[in-house]
Amino acid sequence: MATLGAVDSFETRTLTGWGRTAPSSALVAAPRTAEDVIAAVARADGRGVIARGLGRSYGDPAQNAGGLVLDMTGLRRIHSIDADSGLAVVDAGVDLDRLMRAALPFGLWVPVLPGTRQVTVGGAIGCDIHGKNHHSAGSFGNHVLSMDLLTADGQVRTITPENDPELFWATVGGMGLTGVILRATLRLKHVESAYFVVDTDRTSDLDETLALFSDGSDADYDYSMAWFDSISTDGRLGRAVFSRGSLATVDQLPVKKRRDPLRFDAPQLLTLPDVFPNGLANRLTFRALGEAWYRKAPRRGRGQIQNLTAFYHPLDLFGEWNRAYGTNGFLQYQFIIPFDEDVALRHIVRRIAESGHVSFLNVLKRMGEANPAPLSFPRPGWTITVDFPIRAGLREFCDELDELVLAVGGRLYLAKESRTAPETFHRMYPRLDEWRKVRASVDPDGLFTSDQSRRLGL
Amino acid sequence: MINAVGTPQSMLLLGGTSEIGLAIAEHYLAQAPITVVLAARPSPRLDEAAERLRGLGATVRTVAFDALDTDSHPKVVDEAFADGDIDLTVVAFGLLGDAEKAWQDHATGVELAKVNYTAPVSVGIALAERLRKQGHGAIVALSSVAGERVRRSNFVYGSTKAGFDGFFLGLGEALRPHGVTVTVVRPGFVHSKMTTGLKPAPMATTPAKVAEVVAAAVRGRKELVWAPAPWRFVMSALRHVPRPIFRKLPI
Repeated sequence: MATLGAVDSFETRTLTGWGRTAPSSALVAAPRTAEDVIAAVARADGRGVIARGLGRSYGDPAQNAGGLVLDMTGLRRIHSIDADSGLAVVDAGVDLDRLMRAALPFGLWVPVLPGTRQVTVGGAIGCDIHGKNHHSAGSFGNHVLSMDLLTADGQVRTITPENDPELFWATVGGMGLTGVILRATLRLKHVESAYFVVDTDRTSDLDETLALFSDGSDADYDYSMAWFDSISTDGRLGRAVFSRGSLATVDQLPVKKRRDPLRFDAPQLLTLPDVFPNGLANRLTFRALGEAWYRKAPRRGRGQIQNLTAFYHPLDLFGEWNRAYGTNGFLQYQFIIPFDEDVALRHIVRRIAESGHVSFLNVLKRMGEANPAPLSFPRPGWTITVDFPIRAGLREFCDELDELVLAVGGRLYLAKESRTAPETFHRMYPRLDEWRKVRASVDPDGLFTSDQSRRLGL
Repeated sequence: MINAVGTPQSMLLLGGTSEIGLAIAEHYLAQAPITVVLAARPSPRLDEAAERLRGLGATVRTVAFDALDTDSHPKVVDEAFADGDIDLTVVAFGLLGDAEKAWQDHATGVELAKVNYTAPVSVGIALAERLRKQGHGAIVALSSVAGERVRRSNFVYGSTKAGFDGFFLGLGEALRPHGVTVTVVRPGFVHSKMTTGLKPAPMATTPAKVAEVVAAAVRGRKELVWAPAPWRFVMSALRHVPRPIFRKLPI
């Protein structure tokens, strides 16, 4: 029987998120079918259960110390892809890389891609992930038509934004705390090619960067983001490489690429071994890397054709790149603040440069409209993402950043969050109580729980 | 939960009036309020310590704990965990005593051995069971450089710390697969009530400084640290000094 498989494969494992911080151990089950999941959830005790995908959240939302964790990557069936309607019915454990490879031959594109394709559909919904096209396409939840959700009572409910809007939107961005997403119906986007037409711009300081972002040109591109310099403390602080584009039509491609416009073109160079010492990620190395990154970009590039890796997922060239941060790990600090708070934005960027905590992966982006999910991160405003290696003083500095972000009505992203105080988080998400009410109605005893939900008192 | 930057939300101090232990609590309280459980023999000193931590914003609970009553230890630990998970547990109790009396007076020597070795093993086992079940957390075990190479001048104390040190290093290995970190801390001479009247040794440190070392070790999930750090190299050298020379050293 299928359930036996799930029960047999329980094992105790120590888990962390992508940042490799705060390990905890849990019994991990590897279900392969929806029935396996139901059987496993029924076995959860007082320490509860949480679903885990590919573990790309930076902190601890896919860990459940002393409890049960469901490794959902075994539920990996793509049930159907309809080329005409663009609808795909997939298991929650299907990752976006696989979905993309399966959908491209039909001329269909995954409408929201984060900075890596190594995330599952379940995780994408639970975190309500966004990509470089948030301003044009919204977040992942906007493209979900329905989900099968296993709730604490053992029932599988098919929920849509129409038949149960409250539970649907509490599950979008709900970090797996309303139940286990088993299957979802997604609306994919019709495309002619898998290539981007890209414009590149280089700015020389923060003023220019914000000006270019604010001149209205962003609306011309479906995808846009800027890498910026967060280390230089002189006039070069905030200089950026803008990379903005849209999916190419066949006519826009060079003749050679027209023969196979939907080719999945995303190479990986190598997988990093786990040998990097702590402290390699420092001011010296990051300054050199940043300088190289900045200089390799053309001052002004127009209409270049780039593949997915070049334009979208440069980090996917290196598998397991988080190992470069050593065993102490790192954290990613991503926040959003309203558009009119550019004074605060400048102040925060300056504080990052002055702090002595160095970050290489600095992303600035303008976000579009929010969706109805109470815990969804995106809303109109500036979002900044920075990576810091864990070291002394980082706690104090991040606490300072929290205050600056809160003061202007900003907030942090749960998929990246790994250290904030419960009260701070509650103030950032005033709709938390509304979400809690929905959660309590389907999971009164808090069966679904994670290290993050425990830590933040969600 | 201990978060990504190594900050616990709750802490259990076994040896609830230990100056180093309280300094660790104060170190964390300087940044954010946490819950602290103080386990010690009921005394005005314990109440004072609890009040002081409350004044710093802590939620404090005290639990009666007698190191010599090993049979009661599992219950004491259960009581400490009664309100839920505890992220950081600190084994901070111990006796220094009169070194000459300790090897010549039977009762004194046996008590030192019980408090400094038997009792830590007893609470260590009880803590391990709780932490293994909760699947996360850290044990900080306050050892001593005196246990790294036992010397004539305080060999009873040194030998208890040698045993203590070995037990917690081993416990750390045993708990590794369970998401629990054990950090053995080897301080040198620490200015405290325990050492009042003693001549400070070189590289003497303070409870607050040891607390900083502990916090950094918890953040980095270190298994073994010295306080201050240079002791590591001093002891590494001393360990290899031949006995005829070692006994002539003024230590």
